Amino acid sequence: MTDLLNAAAIWKRFGDTDVLRGVDLSVREGDCLVVLGPSGSGKSTLLRCLNLLEPIASGSILFKGQEISGLTRGHASAVRQRIGMVFQNFELFAHLTALDNIMLAPTKVLGRPRTEARALALDLLGRVHLPDKADAYPDELSGGQQQRVAIARALAMDPALMLFDEPTSALDPETVGEVLIVMRELAEAGLTSIVVTHELGFARRAANEVVFLDHGKVAHRASSRDFFSSAVPDRVDRFLSRMEA
Amino acid sequence: MSLFSPALFLRYLVSAEFAHAALITLGLSLASLAVGVVIGLLLAVGRETPYRAVHHAVTGYLWLFRGTPVLLQLVFAFNVLPAFGLVMSGFTCAVLALGLNEGAYMAEIMRAGILGVGRGQRLAARALGMDEWRIMVWVVLPQAMRIVIPPIGNQFISMLKVTAIVSVIGVKELLMVAEQDASGTFRYFETLFAAGVYYLVLTTIFMQIQMRIERGFSRRRRIVAVPVAQAAR
Repeated sequence: MTDLLNAAAIWKRFGDTDVLRGVDLSVREGDCLVVLGPSGSGKSTLLRCLNLLEPIASGSILFKGQEISGLTRGHASAVRQRIGMVFQNFELFAHLTALDNIMLAPTKVLGRPRTEARALALDLLGRVHLPDKADAYPDELSGGQQQRVAIARALAMDPALMLFDEPTSALDPETVGEVLIVMRELAEAGLTSIVVTHELGFARRAANEVVFLDHGKVAHRASSRDFFSSAVPDRVDRFLSRMEA
Repeated sequence: MSLFSPALFLRYLVSAEFAHAALITLGLSLASLAVGVVIGLLLAVGRETPYRAVHHAVTGYLWLFRGTPVLLQLVFAFNVLPAFGLVMSGFTCAVLALGLNEGAYMAEIMRAGILGVGRGQRLAARALGMDEWRIMVWVVLPQAMRIVIPPIGNQFISMLKVTAIVSVIGVKELLMVAEQDASGTFRYFETLFAAGVYYLVLTTIFMQIQMRIERGFSRRRRIVAVPVAQAAR
């Protein structure tokens, strides 16, 4: 299958620091790509570059075969409507109920009628296993529940690609599982996704491919099976044994 | 002649003239505050835009209106603007001057409200494909409003009293009426006392309203504000 997204030689600078130093990365349609790496390796920055929340210094990003890097504001917004994102800290809109959080972008950006958006939102709440939380405000939900609403909110735009930025890092251990289950179900249903995470179990079970990022570069790239079974570079091996210790 | 005549005080208090003046004070305050809120909002949003020209215009506005006395602005509007063909009634002139001045202070309040909405909220909205305008209208401002209601209440109460200065351009608000009546009868104690009672009644009513609104918001506690200093990073 063809690449849904293909990023080549991504270079990103913050001041004098080169955060990304020529990253190549691609994801095929229907695949789940997991990005692993130590903190500070540039994983989150990479995701933000891919959906144009951060401008890149150089490199190219092909989304559905179209170059999207360097697009101006309006065009970048249009691209982001097709690329969903889930954040470490959920970032649900604090003044809106779960249902209204999910309905906001479809109604205000796509101009969908409220009744239609409402039906879609309720359906999505079911898919993230929160059918009875439609009227709850974010501060009435647990972290795991907020993250699942955030996933539903991103799905409401019917994205071609989903980016998950350490979606379980801010969660209590007991709620991590409920979010990972939803993510696995989505991956199995064929949602194309790029997932930055430290959850090796998820990478093993849900990912098609794993990329290891270190110091702003791709240090290793392999299919999920090979990544965890065959020989990997020392640096990756050390990381994996530390994570599983 | 006694120092204080309760009967005279009561007569002033219930007179149509004082009641009407109190209404003028109230109307003037509400109208000026409304103008101030709109201008303050525009200035605050203007400051957040990436356009440098807008930025400079906003800074210039704040510099001008906060750097000169509101009394000067009022007298200027009343006496100088007609020379440029802009003739307004005293009331309109007062609303214009007080409102424009209030806008400069309101801008800072609104800005604090906007900055009080976490950066992550905008990032999330941007990631959904919302443009900056929609983010402002549907995500930032609704949350900022909850932050700015207490300080706006304070501004209103202060505005009720500041309106007293428009007596200098002949608008018949409370203080003007009180002084005029006294200048004929020399019963300053009674007239000023009556005017003072009206001010107190008005401010008390609005403090109560403000308290109710704030309590309503804290009961629902929907707002997750971060300190301004932290958000501004």
